[in-house]
Amino acid sequence: MSQILVRFLVGGAVVSAFAVVGDLLKPKSFAGLFGAAPSVALATLGLTVVTEGASYAATEARSMMAGAIAFTAYASFVSWVMMRYKLKALLVTICSIPLWLGVAFGLWYIWLR
Amino acid sequence: MQIKVDPSVIGQTRWYEYVVRFLFGGLITAVAGSIAKKFGAGIGGLFLAFPAIFPASATLIEKHEKQKKEEKGLRGMRRGREAASVDAAGSVMGSVGLLVFALIVWQFAPRYSTFMVLTGATVAWLTVSVLIWHVRKRA
Repeated sequence: MSQILVRFLVGGAVVSAFAVVGDLLKPKSFAGLFGAAPSVALATLGLTVVTEGASYAATEARSMMAGAIAFTAYASFVSWVMMRYKLKALLVTICSIPLWLGVAFGLWYIWLR
Repeated sequence: MQIKVDPSVIGQTRWYEYVVRFLFGGLITAVAGSIAKKFGAGIGGLFLAFPAIFPASATLIEKHEKQKKEEKGLRGMRRGREAASVDAAGSVMGSVGLLVFALIVWQFAPRYSTFMVLTGATVAWLTVSVLIWHVRKRA
């Protein structure tokens, strides 16, 4: 339980820090780079090495590559839809999450299983 | 196009918007850890690249850009959508850096100190992302 709480607090702080840096920067296309910052990974991997060992963290990082490719597909789709259709950002970003899940798990199944 | 720091954005963001991002970030980090515990590192690792606060950030950008236009007496819906789209396009470039980050951690975590590997991987993420951004701007 305490480990989950630590992950929650560290994760919240790291993710928020990268988000604030992104907010401060202009132009928006450059600020967007920080939307794909390795914030969750930074908050998680250090703790994982301590609790589970470096090999376990390396296995997580290998799967993270599939997650990153899924992120590329997700962000490309969101960008395209937002430019083309008159839809709210919240609706598009939430409804596109299954795309991330599909690509990430699809790649894991084909490539990493 | 020059890269600028605009501190005025801090004032535009409400306190609860910071709280929402903190909660989302904390939640996905905790959930990623729990998933890894239950289903193994292979599945848990996928969530290290989950677009955790992407919806919250995109919504915030859309709202701020819309507000800016409306303060000038103009309708800002289109501008808000476009800004969110451009931000997402930036994240596409950042995600290539994210892939490089993961590759470095995968290759070097078992052999070198965690601090060194995470620092190196973060520098690589930033370098690759900024390089791609520059190349795209020049093209």
